[in-house]
Amino acid sequence: MATATRRPRIAVHKFSSCDGCQLAFLNLGEPLLALAETVDILHFAEAGPVDEEAEVEIAFVEGSVATSQDAARLRGIRQRSRYLVTIGACATAGGIQALRNLHDADEWVSGVYAQPEHIDLLADSTPIAESVKVDLELWGCPVSGEQVLGATKSLLAGHLPRVDHSAVCMECKRQQAVCVMVAKGQPCMGPVTSTGCGAICPRWQRDCYACYGPAVQANVSALASHLADTGMPAGDIARRLLFINGHAEPFRSEGLDWQARVITRQGGEEEQG
Amino acid sequence: MKVRHFLARERLQSLLDRLVEAGYEVIGPRVRDHAILFEPLSAVEQLPVGIIDDQAPGRYRLERTDSGRVFDWATGPQAIKPLTFAPRETLWRSERQPDGRLVFREQPPEAQPTAVIGVRACDLAALAIHDRHFLHDAHPDPHYRERRQNLFLVAVNCMRSAATCFCTATGDGPRAQHGFDLALSELDDGFVVEAHTQEGQAILDTLETTLASHDQLEQVEAGVERATRQQTRGLPDTSLPEMLQAAVDHPHWQSLNDRCLTCGNCTAVCPTCFCQTHVDELSLDGQTASHGRQWGSCFDPDHSYIHGTVIRAERPQRYRQWLTHKFGTWVEQYGRSGCVGCGRCIAWCPVGIDVTEELEALSKAPDGEDTP
Repeated sequence: MATATRRPRIAVHKFSSCDGCQLAFLNLGEPLLALAETVDILHFAEAGPVDEEAEVEIAFVEGSVATSQDAARLRGIRQRSRYLVTIGACATAGGIQALRNLHDADEWVSGVYAQPEHIDLLADSTPIAESVKVDLELWGCPVSGEQVLGATKSLLAGHLPRVDHSAVCMECKRQQAVCVMVAKGQPCMGPVTSTGCGAICPRWQRDCYACYGPAVQANVSALASHLADTGMPAGDIARRLLFINGHAEPFRSEGLDWQARVITRQGGEEEQG
Repeated sequence: MKVRHFLARERLQSLLDRLVEAGYEVIGPRVRDHAILFEPLSAVEQLPVGIIDDQAPGRYRLERTDSGRVFDWATGPQAIKPLTFAPRETLWRSERQPDGRLVFREQPPEAQPTAVIGVRACDLAALAIHDRHFLHDAHPDPHYRERRQNLFLVAVNCMRSAATCFCTATGDGPRAQHGFDLALSELDDGFVVEAHTQEGQAILDTLETTLASHDQLEQVEAGVERATRQQTRGLPDTSLPEMLQAAVDHPHWQSLNDRCLTCGNCTAVCPTCFCQTHVDELSLDGQTASHGRQWGSCFDPDHSYIHGTVIRAERPQRYRQWLTHKFGTWVEQYGRSGCVGCGRCIAWCPVGIDVTEELEALSKAPDGEDTP
């Protein structure tokens, strides 16, 4: 616990991920300087400081649990941290690499690597919260600087940040973005996706692809049925759901449901019924 | 009867110019991102010439016609609401003093005189409802009031309705009835103009107009009549507050569970919905904070979160809350229904849920018979 004489300490750890969420810190700009003056950043390999064993007030964790060493390393981090905060889709929902959970990972590894025996891989890529207790989950692929900074400010003040539980649609409307689904017929995932991104994609006239994960109580089946009614093939609907956050419910169950409606015949996909 | 003037089409720019000279920022309809949006406007060429809107449940498309008219579209996703009830704004800031005390400072809105061209009868009816909500009694909302007092409104009487319009059923249109400074009725070669306030008359007096002819006034009547006839949607011919109160346990609500996304789009585009949520933001050193508000929605799970419980946890309960407030309890609260028949909630619902159809279904007994 921080005392009056010691600055709060933070660490940024990496597991299986692309490093993009760590960049949310590095891309903060001026607030990063203020942050560096407010806290001691003891471990943040991508930025320089390396001390993985450091005891900290806040440990940010990027990446999913994907190898046999990950779980033990994660338990150590948990023990040495007051708050453990996951950043991004990998740490919070298993990430794009969790697509392998739906398939035979060994088969994929054999197909990709010349000497697969050197690859240490768990059958599933899983969110951090499936291994240790997580105090706060920040969704996004990647997370934004605003999210990580907001979470830091709140935790330093001693409380969890307020998370907006509304769908991307509300943020679109607050920002006066025109609905791409209604005005252009695009298969937008915004109505079932949690806000937090600032509605970036719809503001640039493209459909949301759910990188911030499912909204609280998202009615995924209603949206999927609507997409099917408006001509989207079941396979495409399944791929919309089994994507960056495909390991997160209800995307996973709904995605598998739509995938099951596709039958493969002689290399080509056909819709059932 | 008000004296009505005729402003030739080639003189429309002079209306914009006079408003700018009078100190207004001019906001008007423009095409952006495949929709009609109210944005800063300086030249008549920026107006949506020949553009009409094809609207249906869950669908909005603009189409180009050969017409030279600039107000033949019916509605866009928003009109006045974002100008008076800001989607997101800071209300106050607080600072911790060296002695530990907190000092609070108001954050007044940056309102400037704004002229809005092209507002419809439904938009004006909605504004009157918002005035009643935000400016009531001894505690008017200062942010709303500041922006509201700075508005100069140029209404346009609708000569064409979209398929989603039903303002004739709510009694709010298609002709603008009150709450505007100037009203325009668009004909092929120009506009019949009438002033309803001194400020409107002052602007009108600076324009080069002729007295509107009998023929021109007849064309206006015919246009408004056409817009009225084009409306096919309506409301059940019954007392909706009583009907909705009786339908509180109607099995039809449950069907919303399979359709409603609870995304909140209907409430965000509704010109009378005013729910908001408040957010505090701390500085990194914890010494200052700002308190803001942003548009909220009764479809948001947090909306009914009280004492550790989400009271309306199920989707049908939230839709019921919205519909029964809008058409039922609103009457008790504000003396009229909260619906002005603009049809935005129908067009901008991503899955095309239609309030008029839902009300129709709820007004029937579950077995299909009319409720007594």
